[in-house]
Amino acid sequence: MDRLIDVENLTLQFRTDEGLITAVDDVSFSLNRGEVMGLVGESGSGKSVTAKALMHLNASNAIYSPESRITLHTDSGGIDVLSLSRAADLKVVRGGAISMIFQEPMASFAPSISIGKQMIEQLQLHAEMSKAQAREIAIEMLDRVGISDPSSRVDQYAFELSGGMRQRAMIAMALSTKPRLLIADEPTTALDVTIQAQVIDLMKELVDEFNMGIVFITHDLGVVAQTADKVSVMYLGRLIEEGPVREVIRDPRHPYTRGLLAALPRLDDLDAPLTPVPGDIPSPLERPTGCVFNTRCGDVVGPACSASVPLEEWIDPAHRVSCHLYAGKEAS
Amino acid sequence: MSDDILISAAGLSVGYKIGKGIFQHSILKAVDNVSIHIKRGSFFGLVGESGSGKTTLGRALLNAVPITGGNATYDDGDVNYDLTALSKDELGDYRRRAQLIFQDPYAALSPRMTVRDIIAEPLEVMKITSSRQETDERVREIAARCRLNLEHLRRFPHAFSGGQRQRISIARALVSRPQFIVADEAVAALDVSIQADVLNLLKQLQGEMDLTFMFISHDLSVVAHTCDHVAVMYLGRLVETAPTRQLFAAPKHPYTKALFSAIPSLNPDDRGRAQRLEGEIPSPTNQPSGCKFHTRCPHVIDRCRSEEPQLETADGAHEVACHRWQELLKVG
Repeated sequence: MDRLIDVENLTLQFRTDEGLITAVDDVSFSLNRGEVMGLVGESGSGKSVTAKALMHLNASNAIYSPESRITLHTDSGGIDVLSLSRAADLKVVRGGAISMIFQEPMASFAPSISIGKQMIEQLQLHAEMSKAQAREIAIEMLDRVGISDPSSRVDQYAFELSGGMRQRAMIAMALSTKPRLLIADEPTTALDVTIQAQVIDLMKELVDEFNMGIVFITHDLGVVAQTADKVSVMYLGRLIEEGPVREVIRDPRHPYTRGLLAALPRLDDLDAPLTPVPGDIPSPLERPTGCVFNTRCGDVVGPACSASVPLEEWIDPAHRVSCHLYAGKEAS
Repeated sequence: MSDDILISAAGLSVGYKIGKGIFQHSILKAVDNVSIHIKRGSFFGLVGESGSGKTTLGRALLNAVPITGGNATYDDGDVNYDLTALSKDELGDYRRRAQLIFQDPYAALSPRMTVRDIIAEPLEVMKITSSRQETDERVREIAARCRLNLEHLRRFPHAFSGGQRQRISIARALVSRPQFIVADEAVAALDVSIQADVLNLLKQLQGEMDLTFMFISHDLSVVAHTCDHVAVMYLGRLVETAPTRQLFAAPKHPYTKALFSAIPSLNPDDRGRAQRLEGEIPSPTNQPSGCKFHTRCPHVIDRCRSEEPQLETADGAHEVACHRWQELLKVG
């Protein structure tokens, strides 16, 4: 296995007027090349903040704990991402080794600069090449993501493209620098299902072709089931369960993961009631003590749940869960 | 009583003039010759991609956009209105009887008003209550029904989560005791666990308050779980309509089939099984001749390009507009 990135003990707080907010709390995970990781959780679970940390791209009021370590493996050795501070060093990571695509492509393209010009700018920023060469690569990438007539589309502006085309152009731009890791933050949420299906197919093809790793942030477990190799579930900044996609969806262990699946309307059983996870996600200013989920959990096992943070238990070598239900138990 | 038709539309069209000048304009038909019947006390689902005209149809039935062709009537047993020719007084009364719930609970609530004032505003604007005391009583009653805490009424919307905000929006829509509610993507912006909660609440309120819903959504699994009857729209036309179970068990229109097939399945082993729809929905200013779906249909024949199919009865209340639906039954 070709390791791509290691995240160890990532803890991230934001300094705000209302106090110190913990957005990510002691999160560790790894990703290999050619692997797709689905990162799921409700709004406020810290999934986007975690993804941005991979590029050291959070706002200036972010405080990383001293134990936090993110190592990006490249052909010329590991890069300690969080130790980078000079723009020239960060450039190697941001838009170079790691690219990101967003939910709203209209907001990500500059409205008054043509798509091609933006792609050329990015290419020239990251590699020595002439404008003509960069333009050629831009056209080639637009063609690759299924945009018809790319040599004339390249001179169009974002508003001239439909939603699906814009998201394809966004992907073309993100991949033009041949990143090793692609972070996709809800890339299909704003699209119609038929277009979503096309974009998902495209991303899967590109993973194979470029042997990239993808961190796929989504709230849609159906999308995860169709794209990811493994799933990480986050709640209030903590990674509460991680495992291979089949195992987590068919045999979820954490009560929160089970709750998410029970809340989902399923087409194979129209009579099944929709069971919401009770209550609302607490404010990050009022993080519960002990297990962060204990205020909404239906399976509280005892005082331990509100007193101590559950340790990570390994269900099998690839599947881990942080819940007192499994404390000290061997795989069952 | 439950078999009464509340809303009935026959050949309903909504067109917009586009282009400059008196002689050079053309008509964009956002809704084109649509006939539907909504039973009293039902949950009527309306699905389709962006640009299919589903929002415009909902607005037309609320008399919020002008109907430019065909007929639409409203009959709740108390009053009987012709929606294409409402007098000023009738329109005022219809506003009380027909209400809208919006998609985005962050944009729909004024940040400068307390929750009490937000919910009370329709009563005051429509002069439904005669004293402040009566208004407060109505507000408290509907807030309790929507599971809002009474002490929440003094606060401002920013203090609430997405799910709570949507319950405030629902209370505001229901405070005038309407009969007919158009819910336009009312749960699309919510996390799944909250989505389940809001859907359950809408169902419960429907029973308690004898409401009729038109539920507009792009999410077919939500529609399958919530609605009794579903209509599928494409480029302003109704292409298929049927009781929910019948439609999901045996969709007949190639577009409906493609929509179902594009829903990301929760089963990871379904990868790559789905049939994909090529291309995107054409622009409504440049509509295809004949069947509007022929440019993307995998089963297109010459007749589809020249002759527009009409809705025909397939099986009881199941209607479909496709020249080839009977032939396609054999193909599957």
